[in-house]
This record gives sequence, C-alpha cells and structure tokens, in this order.
Amino acid sequence: MKQYMLAVHNVEGDPTPSAEEMQTVYAEVNKVNRELQAAGAWVFGGGLLPSDSATVVRVDSGKTTMTDGPFAETKEQLGGLWVLRCADLDEALTWAEKCAEACRGPVEVRPFEDEPES
Amino acid sequence: MDLASVYRAEYGRCVATLVRLLGDINIAEEAVQDAFATALEKWDALPPNPGAWIVTTARNGAIDRLRRESTREARHAQALLLNQQDQPQEVGPVKDDQLRLIFTCCHPALAPDARTALTLRLLGGLEVPEIARAYLVPEATIAQRIVRAKRKIRDAGIPYRVPAAEELPDRLTPVLTVLYLVFNEGYTATTGPLIRTDLCAEAIRLARELAALMPDEPEVFGLLALLLLTEARRPARLGPTGELVLLPDQDRSLWNRTLIAEGHELVRRCLRRARPGPYQIQAAINAVHTDGAATDWSQVLALYDQLLPLMPTPIVALNRAVAVAEVHGPAMALAVLEDLDLPGYHLLPATRADLLVRLGREAQAAAEYDQAIALAGNQTERAFLEARRATLDPDPR
Repeated sequence: MKQYMLAVHNVEGDPTPSAEEMQTVYAEVNKVNRELQAAGAWVFGGGLLPSDSATVVRVDSGKTTMTDGPFAETKEQLGGLWVLRCADLDEALTWAEKCAEACRGPVEVRPFEDEPES
Repeated sequence: MDLASVYRAEYGRCVATLVRLLGDINIAEEAVQDAFATALEKWDALPPNPGAWIVTTARNGAIDRLRRESTREARHAQALLLNQQDQPQEVGPVKDDQLRLIFTCCHPALAPDARTALTLRLLGGLEVPEIARAYLVPEATIAQRIVRAKRKIRDAGIPYRVPAAEELPDRLTPVLTVLYLVFNEGYTATTGPLIRTDLCAEAIRLARELAALMPDEPEVFGLLALLLLTEARRPARLGPTGELVLLPDQDRSLWNRTLIAEGHELVRRCLRRARPGPYQIQAAINAVHTDGAATDWSQVLALYDQLLPLMPTPIVALNRAVAVAEVHGPAMALAVLEDLDLPGYHLLPATRADLLVRLGREAQAAAEYDQAIALAGNQTERAFLEARRATLDPDPR
C-alpha cells in the first residue's frame, strides 16, 4: 500500500462561495470522508483556515525568526488536504475525482515517499 | 543468424513479460538487455523459440542479481518473483502482457509526449535516437522524457494492468494515438530502410487485441481498419529496385486483397454505428483509396473536410491540401499550404515542390526539393526526392 496526499488549492481572487454553498460542500465532503473510512483508505483529512492565519518559523544558525503569513506569496494556497492509503495511483485518482467534485476545485494527487522500513 | 532482427521482434514482448514478473520497468529492461548480451555470446544458431529463451535467461539473471542487491526495488522484485512460484497464473480479460504495459505507458497521469516515447522504447524496442527523429526533437529531450515517465510510474504507483471496463473509454484515446504512431514509424521509418514490417505488424497485432477487448468502441475498429488498409498497399509501395512508388503509380494487383476486404468490412461496420471519430474517418479515406481502379478524390476531400475540425493538426491540413490539388488544382493547394508551420518535416517542402512542378515553377520547386532532401531521414524517401529533383530542368529561365 502507498500513501497519497490529495491537496485542495484555493486560488486567491476566486469568488467566495455563499454560506449556503459552503454547507453543501461540507455535507458532500463529509459523505466522501465516510466512504473513505468505510473503504479503509482514510488516514487523515481536513480543511485549512485562510493563509493569512499562517505563521512561518525559520531556524537559521540557531536563531529563530517568525513571520506572519504563508511561506510563499502566491495566488494559490493550500486549502485543505487528505492523506489516503491506496493500492496504486488509479485507486488514488478515483478518490481524487470524488474529492474534487465534493469540494468543487482541482485536487493535486502526490505520492508520499515510502515509509522507512524497520 | 541475425540477432538484430530477433532483438527487434522480441524486445518489447520480453520486457512486457519481465515487467509483470519483476514489477519494475528498469530492472526488467536491464534483465532483458543482459539476456541479449548473453545470447550474443552463447548462440551459435537460433534456439527454436528465441523469445522464450530470452525471457527465461532474463528471469534467471534477474534472480541472481537481485539476490546480490539490496535496494528497495530489488527486494520488492524478489518478493514478487517468490510469490509467483506458488500462485496460479493470473486470469483477466486480457492475458497479453504487452497490452497491460501499453496501458501503463499510456496512462493519463503521464505527459502525452512521454507516453509515445515510452511505448516506442519499451514495446517497440526503438532506441532513443530513432524516437527523437520520429518526434523531430533532440535526443536529450526524449531520453529525459523516458527517464521521468519511468520514475513517475514507480514513484506514483501507476499500476500495471488493463483498466476495468468502466475506465476503458477514457484510457483508450491515448492508447490509440500511440498505436497509430508506432505503425507510422514502421510504415515510414525515420532512418535506414523505409519500412520496418515488425513495427507495423506489432501495431496491427496490438490493435487487433484491443478490438477484441473493446467490441463497443468504434474508434478501435476505425484504427484497425486504417492500419489494415494502409498495410494492404505496402507490397506496391516499393518498385523493383527498392524505389518509392506513389499511390497513383502503384500496381494495384500487388495490393493485399484479404486485408482490403477486412478493412472495408470494418469501415462499413463503423458507418452502421454512426459514431464517427478521427480514426474512422481516416479509415474511410483509405477505403476510398483502395476502392475501384482509381481514387475518387472529391470523396477524399469531403472526408478531409470532416476530419480537419476533429483533428486540426498541420499534418492533416497537409494531407487535405494534396486532395485539394487533385480536385481544385495545384495553385489552390499551394495557397492552402501557405500558412502551414511544420518545422523539420520533409513532406511539407516535398509536397510544395510537387505542386510547383505542376505549375511549371521549376526553380522554386528545386529549392523546395533541396530542403525536403536535407530533412528526409530515410534513404528511400531521400532517393525518391533526389530522383524527382533530377528530372527538373537544370537551368530554368
């Protein structure tokens, strides 16, 4: 089994969905989450607060600095993610299709490095 | 004994089987290459079944080597091999290893350019320089595409299997594209002799397998018909001294009637389904070419007019221009070619040259022939163009 990250990206400037729309998205995402859990593919998942709530911590030759805001000032920011356990990429892509549909945005599928063997 | 022809015929099959046995493309390729190196040393005469010899030797060689190595891939491959010893043979809709490998190589998660390069390398056994010429791009670019694609297959866990029935339609288009390109490379080899029958046969064989697997997809039958109707004319394509003979000058009695009948039947089947697509239309064009004593060019042009919006590529536009020349004359065709951009493709200047000759503009034609000759990769096409060039008035006024 491999692990995959399914990342949801928000694009700055895209129209903010209405509260009503957000309720539908939450309901659909919850439904996918339950399916993932029932299928044994679920490892972790969650939505993130906007990137202006982020703090970046850097340690440079023993000196720690903290800065307000996201690591990269880009138009696209991580909005949420899942970590799934799947047999292969096709399985992960099938889940990604459901996730993208539920959260109404593109989903990036990336494999994790294999777990270190003990 | 001709080891080179055995290599060409068996490489793809052997790699496909070894990928299934070892679960890793790089290890499979190395094992097959080592087995061919062993064959070069040991074979005095061809064994009765060279492919089986190579697979067995590659498998045994891989087992020995994997025992000495301790990378993750090596351990994984070893575990896979051990597992297979006491397991029954896998049963599925298709037992053909090459078909699985082609679906892996043509996976939509790979870049389109990488799919064809990888398929030609792994299943066609083509070397990087040959693929680079087929694509009109530098060798380093092709080499990098192949390396990256193989790495992604391994890292992202792209599976090695024929997709399930519900996934097949989406997965099919890239596979058809690749089979078409493999056939094309065989039909007009980019280097050396004009025709590589092994690649043509391989593309047709894989297309037949696909057609058997997907009886509800008319484009598969369209592709198969296109390949068969093109292949049927192959015996007439070269003259007695190996020179290229163009369609209107071909001896039609040399055409393979069995393949033509089969191709025509497939085209009729596609027409009955009334779900046209690019391959079906191209097959229909070739059905017109192989019907009766001469080509009905107005029908061909009508079909190209239908094809171009579905496949708006410069190559289709170039082929359409040839039909335009037959129906509306060379001047009109020349105008159509005006804005075409096909850098490095010899058939654009060659077509332009032919049209200019027909218009009596020989000096311009000579310049276009020179350009075409410089770009032509295989010697037969080059010789053909040089012969045409030589018939021009050397000092036109």
